[in-house]
Amino acid sequence: MTLRLAATRLIPVWAVLAALMLGMLLVRLAGANPFVAYSELLRGAFADLFGFSTTLVKTTPLLFAGLGVAVALRAGLFNIGAEGQIYLGGLGATLVGVYLHGLPPVVHIPLTLFAGALAGGLWALLPIVLRVTRGVNEVITTLLMNYIGFFLVSWVVSGPLMEPGAPYPYSRALDPATNLPVLIPATDAHAGILIALFLALLLHLLFARTAYGFQLRAVGANPMASAYAGMNVRVTLVAAMVLGGALAGVAGAVEVTGLKHRLFEGFSPGYGYDAIVVAFLSNGQPLGVVAMSFFFGALRSGANIMQRSLGVPVAIVFAIQGLAVIFLAAGLAIQRRSLVLELLRARLKGGATTDAHVEAARHDAF
Amino acid sequence: MMLFESTLLLTYLTAAVRLATPIGLAALGGVLSERSGVFNIALEGMMLSGALAGVLGSHYLGGPWAGLLVAMISGALVGVLLAYLSVSLGANQIVSGVAINLFALGITTFLARILLRPAGIEQVPAFQPVALPLLHRIPVLGPVVFGQGPLVYLMLLAAPVLTVFVFRTPWGLALRAIGEHPRAADTAGINVNLVRYAAVTASGLLAGAAGAFLSLSHLNLFTENMSAGRGFIALAAVIFGKWHPLGAIGAAFLFGAADAFQLLVQTFDLGIPYQLPVMLPYVLALLAMGGLVGRSAAPAAAGTPYRAEEA
Repeated sequence: MTLRLAATRLIPVWAVLAALMLGMLLVRLAGANPFVAYSELLRGAFADLFGFSTTLVKTTPLLFAGLGVAVALRAGLFNIGAEGQIYLGGLGATLVGVYLHGLPPVVHIPLTLFAGALAGGLWALLPIVLRVTRGVNEVITTLLMNYIGFFLVSWVVSGPLMEPGAPYPYSRALDPATNLPVLIPATDAHAGILIALFLALLLHLLFARTAYGFQLRAVGANPMASAYAGMNVRVTLVAAMVLGGALAGVAGAVEVTGLKHRLFEGFSPGYGYDAIVVAFLSNGQPLGVVAMSFFFGALRSGANIMQRSLGVPVAIVFAIQGLAVIFLAAGLAIQRRSLVLELLRARLKGGATTDAHVEAARHDAF
Repeated sequence: MMLFESTLLLTYLTAAVRLATPIGLAALGGVLSERSGVFNIALEGMMLSGALAGVLGSHYLGGPWAGLLVAMISGALVGVLLAYLSVSLGANQIVSGVAINLFALGITTFLARILLRPAGIEQVPAFQPVALPLLHRIPVLGPVVFGQGPLVYLMLLAAPVLTVFVFRTPWGLALRAIGEHPRAADTAGINVNLVRYAAVTASGLLAGAAGAFLSLSHLNLFTENMSAGRGFIALAAVIFGKWHPLGAIGAAFLFGAADAFQLLVQTFDLGIPYQLPVMLPYVLALLAMGGLVGRSAAPAAAGTPYRAEEA
């Protein structure tokens, strides 16, 4: 069984590799040499300080938002609304940064991040409340909230918060006291990545070592049994989703306070959707989210260089990400099916396997 | 003044019907798929692929009808992929659908960059409104409904046809049985997975047509992510319409009316920022799902794969 477990753990890696292989076909279609393109991508993401700092900058929101999707996933919820939560988080942080002045950074920075978390969490609240009170599927509602969040920010930065005389919609600048420290001098790399890594570690401990972590997983795996065991399933679900929204909200807040220092229309280039890929591929494990967000952050950063030098469109990254999740879904399904069949065979032979074992295998992971 | 107001109303209603069409076509596809027991989050991706394929088809194969055909085939292929993942492999339908949407967004953006721009393809031959003889002379209804493009008629025709199909034919009975109780349907001799494949593929045909409507009926070009969440609004229409073809179309008209309202606001510069009315269809879809949907309306087996050998 340990061997099988190891194989299951490796499915995401295989899925990413298979997607990268198909990506080579796409590179070829764009008229470039796949090997040259991929080495260009690697070089772009890591070879110099600029590339590496860009990789860190792109990793940061993916890591925050990826954790946000992962927390929900632990509880068996699909938070497809990270993109909207990022927008709201950016808006929350901007309000605190634009309207409050005269605070020292030690107070103002945490305050902006908290405002981002609050706004993101609130944005996740409606879908999960609809889910637990009326049984409305959270996938569609969180998706719809993304569009509303996007247009809300678009309105705010072209109306009430717009910088006077700006050529296109963006907000006034945030108070300098909200700026996150720069990590690597003369680059964009900011301290947001450290906060993200700290949170990932914290979540890892929360999941692995605490009763709340166990409860989250129990509710995700089997809500009925959890309710029977005396857990409050609804409260657990609401808490997981709101925590997830808050984490994605911080992603938006950090984009604003660490990188742009203003709120721009459409400031997230789909980080919330990449976060879904990151969380799925790491099966909701915080440390896996760290690895996957770094990988896809590098892919995004390197793809820009690849586009500039070889003319391969950056969108190839999104196609590769989609393929990776397709392969992941397929791989997990095949794995699960063979496991279920094996357990069934064992049961027929009169082994110790029970229906409960089979059921558990059927509903394992996603 | 009366004349102006009535013209305005007609313009508004015409736009509402036009904007309801892609949502309605995709929602009909969603009804078929979900009635068979497969959640189809991938409607959005099917639509997007149809929009690009429609432009390519219209440009290279000589006109919008060829474009429509290519768009429907491309939507159906996405449907086959979803069916393979969720029916054959039994993969999680939501994960599969989300993955397909991400892939569709990436691949259409990628292909548009390398296939359209370098070849200089922009505006392509598209559908023109066809006034139906006699019918278009009916006051109000005539110009609003019967002076539209062919795909509007396709939707209006498909809704009652699918209603009869789903509720009055043995095939429709099989479809519904599979969505409610696949094991019983299997025992009765229905090939569960075959019907699910057919239903998901058919939903791809319809969502592909919806995509062709986006790129071949108004703008006559493809823009990145041009479906803009309409596939998800269509899903809300499926639920709001209680998994009934006519209900889904009705909900689509409601969302289309909300969408047309934002056009109206933008055209007449009523002093409302355009973003607020643009949110309207999404907000309405959200409210529709939250406020008025019963718990038990969804087909009972929707979301779960079926395996005969695991009985």
